[in-house]
Amino acid sequence: MFQTHYKLERYTIGLMLAIIVVASIGGTVEIAPLFTIDETVEKAPDMRVYTPLELAGRNIYIREGCYACHSQMIRTLRDEVERYGPYSLAVESQYDHPMLWGSKRTGPDLARVGGKYSDEWHSMHLNNPRDVVPESVMPAYRFLKQTELRMDDLPEHLAALKELGVPYTDEMIKNAASDAYGQATPDSTQAQGVKARYGGATDIRAFDADPGVVTEMDALVAYLQILGRLTDAAYRPDQETEATQ
Amino acid sequence: MRVNERDSYTGHATTGHEWNDIKELNTRVPKPVWLFLVATFLFAVIYWVLMPAWPLGRTYSKGLLGADVHRDVAASLRDAAAQRSAWTTRLEREDFAAIQADKELMKYVRATGHALFGSDCAVCHGKNATGGPGFPDLVDNAWLWGGAPEAVFETIRVGVNSDHPDSRSSQMPAWGRDQMLDREAILNVVAYVRSLSHPEIASGPDAQKVVAGQKVFATNCSACHGEDAKGSKDTGAPDLTDSFWLYGGDEESIYRTVWDGRQGHMPTWEKRLTETDRKILTLYVLDLKQGAP
Repeated sequence: MFQTHYKLERYTIGLMLAIIVVASIGGTVEIAPLFTIDETVEKAPDMRVYTPLELAGRNIYIREGCYACHSQMIRTLRDEVERYGPYSLAVESQYDHPMLWGSKRTGPDLARVGGKYSDEWHSMHLNNPRDVVPESVMPAYRFLKQTELRMDDLPEHLAALKELGVPYTDEMIKNAASDAYGQATPDSTQAQGVKARYGGATDIRAFDADPGVVTEMDALVAYLQILGRLTDAAYRPDQETEATQ
Repeated sequence: MRVNERDSYTGHATTGHEWNDIKELNTRVPKPVWLFLVATFLFAVIYWVLMPAWPLGRTYSKGLLGADVHRDVAASLRDAAAQRSAWTTRLEREDFAAIQADKELMKYVRATGHALFGSDCAVCHGKNATGGPGFPDLVDNAWLWGGAPEAVFETIRVGVNSDHPDSRSSQMPAWGRDQMLDREAILNVVAYVRSLSHPEIASGPDAQKVVAGQKVFATNCSACHGEDAKGSKDTGAPDLTDSFWLYGGDEESIYRTVWDGRQGHMPTWEKRLTETDRKILTLYVLDLKQGAP
C-alpha cells in the first residue's frame, strides 16, 4: 500500500482522479450527512415567510454589503447569548437564500435586532449614523430615504424563492407589489391584504415616518425590524429537549 | 531511468530521477513524522468514541461524554447566574430605596448597569444618557412619565408607543398637517409656548401673538399639557414651562412639532431583559442623574 504512489504518479489522469477522490472524503463525511440527520434543522411550524417589503429590504441589505460588517449569527457562547439574546437556530435561516450569517463584526450582530430599536432610530441612524451614535464608523446611507423602492419586480423575486422551497403561495406572488406598498402605507386599501396573507403580527407602518412614498428606507427598516422575529423557536424553553428527540 | 540505483556516497537508494546528473535520494520518512501521524490517528480514534462524530442515517453517534453545545451554553449561563446570585437575589428582594442606600450593592449596579446601558440604551439615549433630538436626556430633571424608580422601571418594562399591551401611549397630533389649526394660529401658539420659558417674549414685539396664542392653547392644548402648561405624567405630555426640550425649543422646532405632531417610540424591554436587569437599569439611570450637575 505504501508503494502505490510509485505507480500512480506515473499516470496523470489516474493521479488526478485519485486526488479528487481523496479530497472529496472530507466534504462527503462532514457535509453530506447533515442532509439526512433529523436535528440539523429544528422544527418551527409557526415560522412565517418574509413579506415582499421585507424581502426588498433584504435585497438592499445584500446590495449595500451590510453583511460585510454585520453578522446575523449569535453563537452558542455565554457572552453572545447574554448580549444579543438566544443563540441562532438553523431553522431561523430556512427561508434565507442566500443566508447572511456573515463572519465578521465591525458592527454588532443583527440576528435579533428586530424590535430592539424604534423605526425613527433606524431611519436616523441609516441616514447618518453619527447623528445618534457619535463614535460610529458606519457609512451614511442618505440616499435610501430619497430613493423610491422598485416594487414591480417583487413577484419575480418571490417566484424565484418559491422555486428554492420557500412556501410562497400563488396569491402572495400575484399581490407582491401591492403588499409591499400596503405594508408601508397603513391607511391604504392595499394594507388590508398584508395581514391576511402574512399573519396578524405583521408590522404595518410607515417605517420611514413618511407614508406618502415607499422608499428603500421603508424596505430596509421593515427588514431590520423583522430580524429574529419570524419565529419564536429560539425562545421556546423546551427547544433543548426538542433538538435531541 | 534506473530504479533502485544506490548512491555510492550515502548508500541510500535514489528515486531514479535524474536532472543534469543530479539524482534525488529516496530516504525514509523521518521517525518524528511517523510518530506525529500515529499520534493524530490515535487521537482521532479516541475522539470518535468520546465526542459526537459518525453520521448514522437520520441520527449520529453521540459520543460517550455526551457533549452538546446547546446544553453547554445553557449550563454556562446557569453557572454565571449562580455566581451573580449572591447579589442579584438581594436586588430582587429589596426595594429601590434600600438598594440605593446600600453602597456595596450599588457598586454592582454601576458595573452591570454600565454594560447593560451601553448595549441596549446608549444608541438612542447616548453613551452618557444625555439623549438627543427626539431621545430624552435621562440625566436632566425633566421626566415625561415620572422620575420615581417605580415609574422609570415601568417605562423600561412596557416602553412608549410600543407593541406591548400595557404600553405607555402618548401622541401629539399633527395640528397643522391634519388641518386642525391654521398657520397663523400655530405661529401664535408657538409664541405663547416660547413665552412660558422666556417671559421677555410676552412684552416684546410678539406680545400680541402671545395673547392670541394663549387662547389657542387653552382650547386645544391644555387637555394634555394642562392649563398651566406644566404637562402631565399620565399622558407623557411635556412640561412646556421649563428649559428642557425634547425636540428643540427654538421657534422653528416648536413650529414643526405643532405642525407635524410627534410620536416618540421606546421599545418594550420586558421580553428582552430580565426583571433584575431592568431593575439594575432603573437604578443605574437614576444614579447617573445624581452624579450629573
